[in-house]
Amino acid sequence: MLKNAVSKASNNSDFDELLNLPDEHGHFGPYGGCFAAETLMAPIDELRQAYEHYRNDSKFMAEIDADFSQFVGRPSPLYHAERWSENLGGAQIYFKREDLNHTGAHKINNTVGQALLAKRMGKTRIIAETGAGQHGVATATVCARLGLECVVYMGSEDIKRQMINVFRMRLLGAEVVAVESGSKTLKDALNEAMRDWVTNVDDTFYIIGTVAGPHPYPAMVRDFQAIIGREARAQALDQTGKLPAALVACVGGGSNAMGLFYPFIADHDVELIGVEAAGDGIETGRHAAPLNAGRPGVLHGNRTYLMETDGGQIIETHSVSAGLDYPGVGPEHAWLKDCGRAQYAAATDTEALDAFHEVTRTEGIMPALETSHALAYAKKIAPDYDKDAMIIVSLSGRGDKDIHTVAAHEGIEI
Amino acid sequence: MSRIAACFLGLAEAGRQALIPFVTAGDPEPGVTVELMHAMVGAGADIIELGVPFSDPMADGPVIQRASERALAHNVTLHDVIDMVKRFRQSNAQTPVVLMGYLNPVEAMGYEAFADSAAKAGVDGVLTVDLPPEEGAELVSTLKERNIDTIFLLAPTSNAERIKRIDAMASGFIYYVSLKGVTGASNLDIEAVSAKLAEIRSISRLPLGVGFGVKAPTDAANLASIADAVIVGSTLVKIVEENAAEPAKIPGMIGEALSAFRRAMENAV
Repeated sequence: MLKNAVSKASNNSDFDELLNLPDEHGHFGPYGGCFAAETLMAPIDELRQAYEHYRNDSKFMAEIDADFSQFVGRPSPLYHAERWSENLGGAQIYFKREDLNHTGAHKINNTVGQALLAKRMGKTRIIAETGAGQHGVATATVCARLGLECVVYMGSEDIKRQMINVFRMRLLGAEVVAVESGSKTLKDALNEAMRDWVTNVDDTFYIIGTVAGPHPYPAMVRDFQAIIGREARAQALDQTGKLPAALVACVGGGSNAMGLFYPFIADHDVELIGVEAAGDGIETGRHAAPLNAGRPGVLHGNRTYLMETDGGQIIETHSVSAGLDYPGVGPEHAWLKDCGRAQYAAATDTEALDAFHEVTRTEGIMPALETSHALAYAKKIAPDYDKDAMIIVSLSGRGDKDIHTVAAHEGIEI
Repeated sequence: MSRIAACFLGLAEAGRQALIPFVTAGDPEPGVTVELMHAMVGAGADIIELGVPFSDPMADGPVIQRASERALAHNVTLHDVIDMVKRFRQSNAQTPVVLMGYLNPVEAMGYEAFADSAAKAGVDGVLTVDLPPEEGAELVSTLKERNIDTIFLLAPTSNAERIKRIDAMASGFIYYVSLKGVTGASNLDIEAVSAKLAEIRSISRLPLGVGFGVKAPTDAANLASIADAVIVGSTLVKIVEENAAEPAKIPGMIGEALSAFRRAMENAV
């Protein structure tokens, strides 16, 4: 039990230890770990061993790098949002343009890595869960390229919200299975994918889309996404000669944030700020902000902050953005919060929609609604910084997929 | 000796196998569960497995998942489930009761508080589906201090090393998951189960129960010749579901169904 056992890193030098996490059992402080049914322990162990092996295999890593550059289109630019920065009247805002990746979001960094690993492991069938559909599309995309069978689980509520991505997945040859249980959103899609995995453990590889799940997923997904932060750090130094004052990224499960933050963890002066979905407002209870308003528990294979009842039942979340509509969060974020190395704020649906419009009109970049939460918070804090300070926002995905949601929100039929 | 150990000892002396029915507590409504438990004992249940409803039952198939949803619609909590055991114990002192569920409600209550109130109510065993031995040391010892057994699952994918590790932490009995899948899935492959049970027996001396995929009395009969206990879950929960509109009928219907399993097991041995 961890509720009384949360220790705090007492000074900055302790933060360097964070780079060595998780420990061999997948723990980030009291968080993470491997909480899975017995049938899955063998395939999880097989995955852990394969990942340990291949992450140290230079040929495998070179294969990923080649795909990053030739298939994904990396490196993604670090873009100075000059006009918006000027309007905000404070820090210089830079966007790390993950929206320019193939398929339009950071999700592909992870699916390229995991699919290549699946291939090395001899798995022929890929399953995935998806919320907004970005991870599903990224998975279907790499499966099409590698000739792997692909089944994507998606809550029926999310299918309604994200029809375009559903059709994209089907065009790519994936089977999209509608999940009708529970709240019919991302968490239920994850449950259903777990059920598929437990039934088809021999030939199936489960590509989890975020830095959550049983060990080694949180570490593995972070490692594949850390390309975001490595590039951003080098680009910042190259373009401005210095490190940013702050990094801002949206957090659902938290993979784009973790990928951006991780290579900066030892840079103690760089603030790490995650932004959760406050939905209608934290005070209304209708939100998806476990780090702001949840408490520790165990779900989907790991211990982390959850949105739950007093009795430990997981409660339904609310966000205008399907990709942030998840009651848990990656365990490494939980630990970064408790240690004080990262801060976690929240932005409401309305704030995110405002930022969506503002950035679209000011910079000619249409961000995803998930991303818009990070932008909303950057907008809020930018005036507090000097004009020569730099804030990097993870522009985690593009907003084309969300135009129907935005239109519906404004009573416009398209 | 725990009530579960004593139960298996008695059965072994009589040359019989345990019949263990599973129902979800509070399904289809909380008022029916205690009476249902007594009815199951009357129909030949040796141990009762009581499911603790959870919002995200990842290891369960649709039948038991819906049972959780029905119970949660009545806001059935872990406290309520423990209270049902307490009321069952008022007129049954000998039938062991095992709580089966997921870790998060236990985390929310706190291990010490959970173990205290479970022990006080007369709970004999706890099976937490998503708590493998790697993460389970603290809960196991907390329960052990109160003489509550921790039941662990073994699966077709468990190798010798895992069987040893689990045997070292488990007490009461071991629950062998007969197939790769969720509860209520597929059909039994008796030969495969038999081979795996032999492997487990070469390592563990704990009684072995088999569950997942036990659908018909003939399955129970087949298992009775190779296992120490037969666990019947989804088949019974389906009956609860079919009669959800008339909860008063459920104890009788379940009792009848369970009797058929009991008879098949007696005839088989």
